[in-house]
Amino acid sequence: MWLTKSSIGKKVVMSVTGIALILFLTFHAAMNVVALFSGDAYNEICELLGANWYAIVATMGLAALAVIHIVFAFLLTFENRKARGQSKYAVTARPEKVEWASQNMLVLGIIIFLGLLLHLFNFWYNMMFAEIVGTMGAYSPSDGFAWIQETFSNPVFVVLYVIWIVAIWFHLSHGFWSAIQTLGWSGKTWFCRWKIIGLVYVTLLMAAFLIVVLAFAFKCAPSLC
Amino acid sequence: MAKNISFTIRYWKQNGPKDAGHFEERVMKDIPDDTSFLEMLDILNEQLINDGKEPFTFDHDCREGICGMCSLYINGTPHGKTERGATTCQLYMRRFKDGETITVEPWRSAAFPVIKDCMVDRSAFDKIQAAGGYTTIRTGQAQDANAILIPKEDADEAMDCATCIGCGACVAACKNGSAMLFVSSKVSQLALLPQGKPEAAKRAKAMVAKMDELGFGNCTNTRACEAVCPKNETIANIARLNRHFIKAKLAD
Ligand code: HEM
Ligand code: SF4
Ligand code: FES
Repeated sequence: MWLTKSSIGKKVVMSVTGIALILFLTFHAAMNVVALFSGDAYNEICELLGANWYAIVATMGLAALAVIHIVFAFLLTFENRKARGQSKYAVTARPEKVEWASQNMLVLGIIIFLGLLLHLFNFWYNMMFAEIVGTMGAYSPSDGFAWIQETFSNPVFVVLYVIWIVAIWFHLSHGFWSAIQTLGWSGKTWFCRWKIIGLVYVTLLMAAFLIVVLAFAFKCAPSLC
Repeated sequence: MAKNISFTIRYWKQNGPKDAGHFEERVMKDIPDDTSFLEMLDILNEQLINDGKEPFTFDHDCREGICGMCSLYINGTPHGKTERGATTCQLYMRRFKDGETITVEPWRSAAFPVIKDCMVDRSAFDKIQAAGGYTTIRTGQAQDANAILIPKEDADEAMDCATCIGCGACVAACKNGSAMLFVSSKVSQLALLPQGKPEAAKRAKAMVAKMDELGFGNCTNTRACEAVCPKNETIANIARLNRHFIKAKLAD
């Protein structure tokens, strides 16, 4: 199977799962922004996405995407280390063109993964998981709005989430155009365009996440006033 | 007017692929700065031979930037730093400062084992070429040049891709040891022309398969390759190869 055997095939898997994850993040950011304006409206979305069959199926699909992306990330990085060989250069100069993020995708990915574990513990464990197994934490599983307030009243979580968001920004500042390039939808003209489109898109996307975290950390969201 | 500079040259010695290798140093005095880098190494070797020491081994052939044999990793950059990219043989000592230490290393990549010192075995590139980097045509009388019309832009683009001299700097610079810039240039130079189109899909598959088999890494689009390519090949070629390869696999 070329998707698992050839180098370009493996990259296509990385690219397609990565783009799917970006689309998920887009949906997630749109949902979060609702919490800025109305707690009730936000909780209605939480209700909709509770332990319903379609929400569980979608969550499992999403988990599969993430697992495939991570497994291939380690596989590719392992193969690349091997291709590089044992002997290391004594002196290296990084050319200006080479973005820092592009050479540190695995490190950024691992930070993102750790952030993800924290995030699942903060929210998913208390919401969808609690609803499935029928336990009850401090707040009702479908009271997402209360869980947001609870989480971001803790400055440690705020700092960790900000680091997490910045790491995702770096990962995607390279990942976005890289995914398009891998699929071959790029060329001399479109390379610069995709790069700019990617940067603008990813910056807006991550700004949306950041604003929600900060608005609840400093208790200045319109929905709280 | 050339001025003279003195510097320390720190060069890699290695006795074959299995040897661990080490650096040796020598102070070079009063070298005119219009000496080319390879001429400077010739002077170094004269001195080593006069001292009864083993000379330093490095690859070179044309010394005019067209054959792709010279291959030295100089101060952290394949072929050394020049303004618009040039091969090692086209690098001149005026690029260096008086009193500097210049570190010279071989291309380091698993697919390019060291033969001796800074001479590495790049026959992996030949094997990739042999896997599909040609067109199968009937030989015989040459056709009339105007029998096949080729748009000027395509001809120019194909020519730009064909200027890749197979030096391997792209592999040497890549943290993934990927040969994608070389392979994509060689695939593109034919795929862009009508004569190369009929076999484009077969060629892309065969050359990528050979590249993978020989242990080159997976491209992660870091662009280190195009930053050091002496012939200014770009990753637009890599996008083109990806496109052809994916299309070919989907059509199978
Ligand atoms: C929010 C979650 C994530 C998103 C949206 C995302 C997105 C992307 C995208 C779009 C790419 C570019 C694909 C390409 O170059 O073709 C990529 C590459 C990469 N990702 Fe992720 N990723 C995420 C999480 C992770 C995690 C958790 C890891 C590892 C533990 C990881 C490791 C990597 C690596 C190593 C690459 C570079 C691989 C390559 O270019 O060949 N990513 N990611
Ligand atoms: S693509 Fe550039 S760096 Fe790579 S082999 Fe060809 S000429 Fe050398
Ligand atoms: S020796 Fe031929 S390109 Fe440098």
